[in-house]
Amino acid sequence: MIISVASGKGGTGKTTVSTNLAISLDTDVRFLDCDVEEPNAHLFLQPIIDDVETVTTPVPVVDEDKCNLCGKCGEICQFKAIVVIGETVLPFQELCHSCGGCMEVCPEKAITETGRKLGIVERGHRNGLEFVHGKLRVGEAMSPPLIRKVRSFQHPDRLTIIDAPPGTSCPVIAAMKGADFVLMVTEPTPFGLHDLKLAVGAVQILGIPCGLVINSSDIGDDRVKVYAEQENIPILMEIPFDRKIAEAYSRGELLVEVMPEWKERFAALYQRIEEIAG
Amino acid sequence: MKELVIISGKGGTGKTSLLAAFAYLAKNKVLCDGDVDAADLHLIMDPVVQKRHDFESGNTAVINIDKCTECGLCRELCKWDAISEDFEVDSIECEGCGVCVYFCPEDAIDFPVNTCGEWFISDTRFGPMVHARLGIAEENSGKLVSLVRQEARKLVEEKHLDLLLTDGPPGVGCPVIASIGGATALLIVSEPTVSGKHDMERVVQLAAHFQVPAMLCVNKFDLNPDATESIEAFAKQNNVKPLGRVPFDPVFTKSMANIIQIQKQRMRLRMSGKI
Repeated sequence: MIISVASGKGGTGKTTVSTNLAISLDTDVRFLDCDVEEPNAHLFLQPIIDDVETVTTPVPVVDEDKCNLCGKCGEICQFKAIVVIGETVLPFQELCHSCGGCMEVCPEKAITETGRKLGIVERGHRNGLEFVHGKLRVGEAMSPPLIRKVRSFQHPDRLTIIDAPPGTSCPVIAAMKGADFVLMVTEPTPFGLHDLKLAVGAVQILGIPCGLVINSSDIGDDRVKVYAEQENIPILMEIPFDRKIAEAYSRGELLVEVMPEWKERFAALYQRIEEIAG
Repeated sequence: MKELVIISGKGGTGKTSLLAAFAYLAKNKVLCDGDVDAADLHLIMDPVVQKRHDFESGNTAVINIDKCTECGLCRELCKWDAISEDFEVDSIECEGCGVCVYFCPEDAIDFPVNTCGEWFISDTRFGPMVHARLGIAEENSGKLVSLVRQEARKLVEEKHLDLLLTDGPPGVGCPVIASIGGATALLIVSEPTVSGKHDMERVVQLAAHFQVPAMLCVNKFDLNPDATESIEAFAKQNNVKPLGRVPFDPVFTKSMANIIQIQKQRMRLRMSGKI
């Protein structure tokens, strides 16, 4: 089973929920931190890293001796990543989406591929938990290919928990698509509710069952609950506001380690997810 | 014209709340919500939309089954496995590269332009505001961010104002890069947590990479004073000036829940005169 933990709004507690869920279970979990722009789960899980891999995406290089400046590469490229200007052809590798069109279309076979570094994927473990995360190179714009690389380590027969990035656009889709269940983490504020609705919209497009965790549940209003009821989204857990929890989080401590009574609650959360997602 | 963009790396550190506070304090400005993915500024600003525009960007391949001979070339060429065995295009997977359209021997693939969202010019009680709504599960958020910033800049010029206040998205990827290019300065809002610090370090690197001057504000600073010190020390080492601290106070969250301006309830932030 693959559970993706998402939220729409950032800072609602995705990492708190995904990491604590992962270490509260008796089964061995594969944990994938897909928030490659700002991965945080390792700060809490403290895995031992066994392997580091550089991830690249193919981008064009042009052999100017072979190029006859026909301009077909510039015509096919939808991303303005390669253009012929006067007597030169200029690839803009940072704009390239790696579709391979220019290489395919070049009648002179003047275009070959080189790699643009997207970032790294680190793999490690913490006891029985297998850990994978991606770190986008600072300055790199495209996160989805790196997220897909992290996703390639999901295990079909094993419980995989994914920490998704915030938002509702392509990186989030890359982190949710193909999951068996999406666990939404929200806060009972107008911001939390507004972005939750967007995230639920995305989950519905993908056709994945979802449930809700309400964080700082006693601090806002009940509009999130009213919405969840209307939309038939089960509320699977509520985490009340507690300065002790916030302080432990600030130090990078896991909730279940500071307040062990939460371990059972996270185990129960998983059971309910299993019941729903089958 | 000056543009201040508020970013954070980590989500939920208080970008929008701070921007709302500045909107209350600053004069002669335009507001811009650059977090088009999960735009929230309008929830506080209560904008009255004056102009609405569709945001069209990118294309999606659509196979015309009547013309298709199922030769399979498109499936072979597609790098995103977006074309099924039944020759249907998964519009979520389709990157809009047009390679299949170009090479289809039967001209059987259409390539309509996507309407990925909409953008607005609005009035608020704090001045004009440019904002947008990216369609759910859509791409091209970076382009939409660039567009709303460009339109907001135009508005500043047209109205002979001085300042653009832009609320940025979380992260360090495409939409963030689109929100900081050419800005006068960035204000990085961090929080004194291990993740807040980790993410702040990455946006400081990003600001340096694109050579945009940055400043720092630590929200909820008293939650972990040691972490606050260490964040500010890192900032100073990297030429990012710490400007202020905001205390951790559930009143903030409660006032957000009631959509009340934070400074109306409690304004403790001492910002430097520069802002």
